[in-house]
Amino acid sequence: MKKVILITGTRKGIGKELAEYYLSLGCVVIGCSRGPGTIVNSDYRHHELDVSNEKNVVKMVRATKKEFSRIDILLNNAGIASMNHFLTTSYNTVQNIFNTNFLGTFIFSREVSKVMMKQKYGRIVNYTTVASALRLEGEAVYAASKGAIENFTQTISKEVAPYNITVNAIGPTPVETDLIKTVPKDKIAALLDKQAIKRFGTFEDIKNVIDFFIDDKSEFITGQIIYLGGIHN
Amino acid sequence: MTEKIEKIIVNSLIELNEELEGNPLGSPTKETKLYGGGGALDSLALVSFITDLEERISDEFDEDIVLADEKAMSQRTSPFRNVKSLTIYIQKLLEE
Repeated sequence: MKKVILITGTRKGIGKELAEYYLSLGCVVIGCSRGPGTIVNSDYRHHELDVSNEKNVVKMVRATKKEFSRIDILLNNAGIASMNHFLTTSYNTVQNIFNTNFLGTFIFSREVSKVMMKQKYGRIVNYTTVASALRLEGEAVYAASKGAIENFTQTISKEVAPYNITVNAIGPTPVETDLIKTVPKDKIAALLDKQAIKRFGTFEDIKNVIDFFIDDKSEFITGQIIYLGGIHN
Repeated sequence: MTEKIEKIIVNSLIELNEELEGNPLGSPTKETKLYGGGGALDSLALVSFITDLEERISDEFDEDIVLADEKAMSQRTSPFRNVKSLTIYIQKLLEE
């Protein structure tokens, strides 16, 4: 039976690469983004939505359940970043970042868990960042939204454990995607220097951790946060 | 509409009762207590029940409602206290 994987933020970057990777392994992939989809594959479905829009997320998850009867894996990949001193960060920016990063993760986790509960199986992977562990200056709001996701991940891992659902989080280092294109080069260099292994993360590094979390054999791994590059709290 | 919702809730409870140990809900009626204050469901059974109910409501009314409420875990004012309070709550959500 084909695994059904729901990935948020599949229009570009890591989300798109992950969607294409799991499609190549023969999985069914359900993706979403604010804009139209960019993946053409008979096993791919795209939903155009904002991940913090509760109504549309509920609709997407129920449509998926109707068509495929199950959702095995959820990757809460969609996210936005912002680099700014907190004194010059606007209220609206904070709202947008928390809406996409935290509320999006919350709504998808809640709705997909309902499907997973019934099938008594599920793997949820959330996304944090090394900026959270490092308390990185200039990323207060972005890191706070990811800090919320870390705590949420660990708490809900206990709440859904009775249903054989695991919830973990990956904390990537900077990867050369759109998310960091506006960050000054010297800031990125300083960040890489804080890592035990001083290089950009790659898609392969991320895929490796996600593959580990979603493996059937990882049923005893839950509430864990794995940072890449040798960063720790 | 009220009767229809009540019927959906009762049917969902009958099915849930079969899965739970010791037939804790007996023969569900609109007075059946659900959660808190002598209700038969624990929090795990409650979330299973809510999930099932959302799906049945969606199938019947073609309306995707979310049964989540800040008072869900309250003993006195939770819409999940009994079948009657839950019926009123769902009807309100459908009419919104």
